[in-house]
Amino acid sequence: MLPGRKSAQPAPPERISSEYTATDRLAAWKARWGIARMSYRVKPGLYALGSPSASSPVFAGANYTLSFNALRTNLKGLSAWLLVLDTKGINVWCAAGKGTFGTMELTRSIRQTGLEQLVSHKTIILPQLGAPGVSAHQVKAYTGFSVSYGPVRAKDLQEFLRLGGKATPEMRKVRFNFTDRIILAPVQLVYYAKYLLPAALLLYLAGLKNDAALTVGALLAGSVIVPALLPWLPGRSFAVKGAAAGLAAVAALSPLLPFGPYQLAARALVYAAAASFIGLDFTGASTYTSLSGVKKEMRLATPAQALAFLAGLVLLGARRFL
Amino acid sequence: MILKYLRGVATLKLDSAKCIGCGLCLNVCPHAVFKLESRKAAITDADLCMECGACALNCPTAAISVKKGVGCAQAVRMGFLKGTEPDCGCGDDSSCC
Repeated sequence: MLPGRKSAQPAPPERISSEYTATDRLAAWKARWGIARMSYRVKPGLYALGSPSASSPVFAGANYTLSFNALRTNLKGLSAWLLVLDTKGINVWCAAGKGTFGTMELTRSIRQTGLEQLVSHKTIILPQLGAPGVSAHQVKAYTGFSVSYGPVRAKDLQEFLRLGGKATPEMRKVRFNFTDRIILAPVQLVYYAKYLLPAALLLYLAGLKNDAALTVGALLAGSVIVPALLPWLPGRSFAVKGAAAGLAAVAALSPLLPFGPYQLAARALVYAAAASFIGLDFTGASTYTSLSGVKKEMRLATPAQALAFLAGLVLLGARRFL
Repeated sequence: MILKYLRGVATLKLDSAKCIGCGLCLNVCPHAVFKLESRKAAITDADLCMECGACALNCPTAAISVKKGVGCAQAVRMGFLKGTEPDCGCGDDSSCC
């Protein structure tokens, strides 16, 4: 039994506009900094953009506000139906990975909204990044609707339509350029700042102001330098890139620190390990790392990070008794 | 600049005998891992594969297999601690799966 087979009379689609307002801009900014993130949800269901008719195209999307805004504002000047799936407020790609943007939810949504009665055609355009959760041939078998995978980015949608529903190879590729990476940095920064800023404060209060500065340095190395300089940091492993960023941060701060080579080397171990740990977590925000790869590097990196961290602490402790 | 992850780790497999050359894998792959060669899909560079699973799920003849998963260290750590498959608890997050 498939979900949504028996549906009550669906509510008429809500009308929406394609304008991008100052409120939308503020919402995007707040979401990236993790402020009240849970409220960035759109009600799932069918929406009417402009004055759609039976022959207007149908676009499916996620009910994360940023995804929904990207879709509707990039369809400016068009009339279309927007089918918003219940992805629990998660963006298309992540939801597709979890399967909430998936075959079953799409099937349920098509049935419950009575889409079949509203349009005269049988095509539904999905964002390409919904594909990890959706099986096009299964959706066709369950609902009769053909899935057409649109471009990765909503801004290419109008061009995709102009080309008669075809995406160029460039439209099909996920990018990870400087801007893509740096807008994700706040998420990592906020997450680790919760632990490392109080730690830095405690060190400062304990009279270890150099270590307080180095703690903040390791935080910035792992969460800001790694995303910013990703292609230029050495190696393919994120743990190695993070360690390199951490070492660079210690080196950059070293002229200001009153430490000899022994003290500095011990601290380099501690803070490079911390930056490596944070840097490795950026695999979650990246657009090209595989689970097999992350598992492989974690098997090596996790013990290495722990060992370097402890070795640094032991060296610092041993010095006191020498 | 193309960013590439670790060499030789991706679990992607393509069975050419089953392929009917529909090209849907070329459409869904976000890293151009596939190309069409004499009416069959072929892998360009498996090191580009991020194991999202879109190709395997959309292949109408099940010619493609891949162990799908999220390439996220936090998810692997969570899965290890909870004894489950890699899955992170940051469900409401925009940048981390």
